[in-house]
Amino acid sequence: MMSVLAIMRLELLIARRNMWVATSLILMGLFSSVLTLAGGAPTGTLGVDPLLVATTSITTLSVYLIPLIGLLLSFDAIAGEAERGTLALSLTYPLSRGEILLGKFLAHLLVLGFAVAVGLALTAGLTIWKYGAADLSYWPLLKLFLTALALGAAFLGIGYTISALARQTGVASGIVIIIWLICVVLYDLGLLGALVADAGGSFTKTLFPWLLVANPADAFRLINMPVETVATLASGIGAAGGASGLAGQLTSLLAWPVLALFLAWLAFRRVEP
Amino acid sequence: MTILSIEHVSKTYGKLHSVRDVSLELGAGERIALLGHNGAGKTTLMRMILGLTPVSAGQIRVLGRAPGSRKARTAIGFLPESVAFHGALTGREQLHHFARLKGVKTALADTLLERVGLTHAMNRKIRTYSKGMRQRIGLAQALLGQPRLALLDEPTSGLDPISRHEFYDIVDDLAKGGTAVLLSSHALTELESRTDRIAIMSKGHLLANDSLAALRHAARLPIRVKVRATAETADQVADALGGTRVNGASVSLEVQQEQKLSLLGQITGLGDVVKDIDVTPASLEELYRHYSVPTKGGE
Repeated sequence: MMSVLAIMRLELLIARRNMWVATSLILMGLFSSVLTLAGGAPTGTLGVDPLLVATTSITTLSVYLIPLIGLLLSFDAIAGEAERGTLALSLTYPLSRGEILLGKFLAHLLVLGFAVAVGLALTAGLTIWKYGAADLSYWPLLKLFLTALALGAAFLGIGYTISALARQTGVASGIVIIIWLICVVLYDLGLLGALVADAGGSFTKTLFPWLLVANPADAFRLINMPVETVATLASGIGAAGGASGLAGQLTSLLAWPVLALFLAWLAFRRVEP
Repeated sequence: MTILSIEHVSKTYGKLHSVRDVSLELGAGERIALLGHNGAGKTTLMRMILGLTPVSAGQIRVLGRAPGSRKARTAIGFLPESVAFHGALTGREQLHHFARLKGVKTALADTLLERVGLTHAMNRKIRTYSKGMRQRIGLAQALLGQPRLALLDEPTSGLDPISRHEFYDIVDDLAKGGTAVLLSSHALTELESRTDRIAIMSKGHLLANDSLAALRHAARLPIRVKVRATAETADQVADALGGTRVNGASVSLEVQQEQKLSLLGQITGLGDVVKDIDVTPASLEELYRHYSVPTKGGE
């Protein structure tokens, strides 16, 4: 356990020096503030909870940003150390590869969580400043935070897996960008295409909802957008995906981090420095 | 007490045999130098002792434990060839980190920084360090917790002559404290007085493993004797002793160990014409060349 804490401590130090903390903070803080300030404008007197509007916009943004930050934090974790030659020395110390991975994961999750927390705190603060604290529901904000952690954890795990398999940072960075593109853009486009081709057939009713939540980014999107909000604010494929229900979305968001970290551990075990 | 035992260990990568049937034992306080060309199998052997690479055949035990086990890793201090650290960290932060991993007090890490002469630079980022300074951090981390076995892979590369000397002083202290030291090096001359045994590897085979004196004796390489006379008397000396004239005023001879004393007696008998004598036994370089020439067929 002490080894995990030691690795975590070192990774936090490196993340701070490498400006990863600053980059994540600026990304999340800036976008959250802009979306909160600009996102509230069109609602006017519609009577929609302004925080709900803000979280909906931030959810849409987070689907892109959280996986990106997760992958950026993790792609170098194993390949970089192997390339620099620091991995071999670390592995001669009395700690397991699982402990190394866990230490890195906790540190990176902390960086990511910190950035998201600051972004959401800014959102809450700005909303209160503009509309007052009355009638605001904070549950969507908390839900967004917790699911963002799960989404980030999943992509951290995916990043480590690729980092361990690629063993070269250049290759790893290329692959994570492709993975990111697939998960947040191409996957949905593909499903949408299939949906259109199926034209309301059996695929749409049976397979599609599950295929949609199988992607953690989509599960995150669905869980944070109430169906009525999706209908009113973000006309998309969400409504059709609602069929898998909360259980499916939660399962996806909880299973992905565990699965991805397990895969990362398997891949890391095979790395001979 | 046996710290490290290597029994008939081989390592194959596909068809490539990088280590072949190597057996070696290392006791507490012993210093062994592992010599060999690049690709002789030294680093592979060290990696197998560390458990970074599995052995293909044979057995390695560190304090009776399997290589790579927690107990074995706790007992080993390792300095890799071309040691590297994260450049964004300071020397002190990096060493404190390793101390935590080894379960050693961080205050001890500061003492080691002083021991390797890095106190002045310990709060600077490692990316600003010279190769020699990084090597010192590497040595300091290998010393953490007084390891029972120190594996030092090319430890003095990148160090200047003074630093090399200091480095071997530290190794001597380590051995006096009971640590078994296995170090590999290319810089042969510096090893002569600094190790108890010399092990020579070539193409994966262990070709020699003995004290320097015993290796010299077994190799029967000639001892070189150089007798200095004057330009006028050099011929007379050469006639009497039977060597070859060099540099106009000197005579050079080569003899075996058992003829050495009688030759010296003969030289003393020549009286005043002899101005000076140099007796040079076979150097480690010559021994290394002698032993590393493949004698086993079929390679």
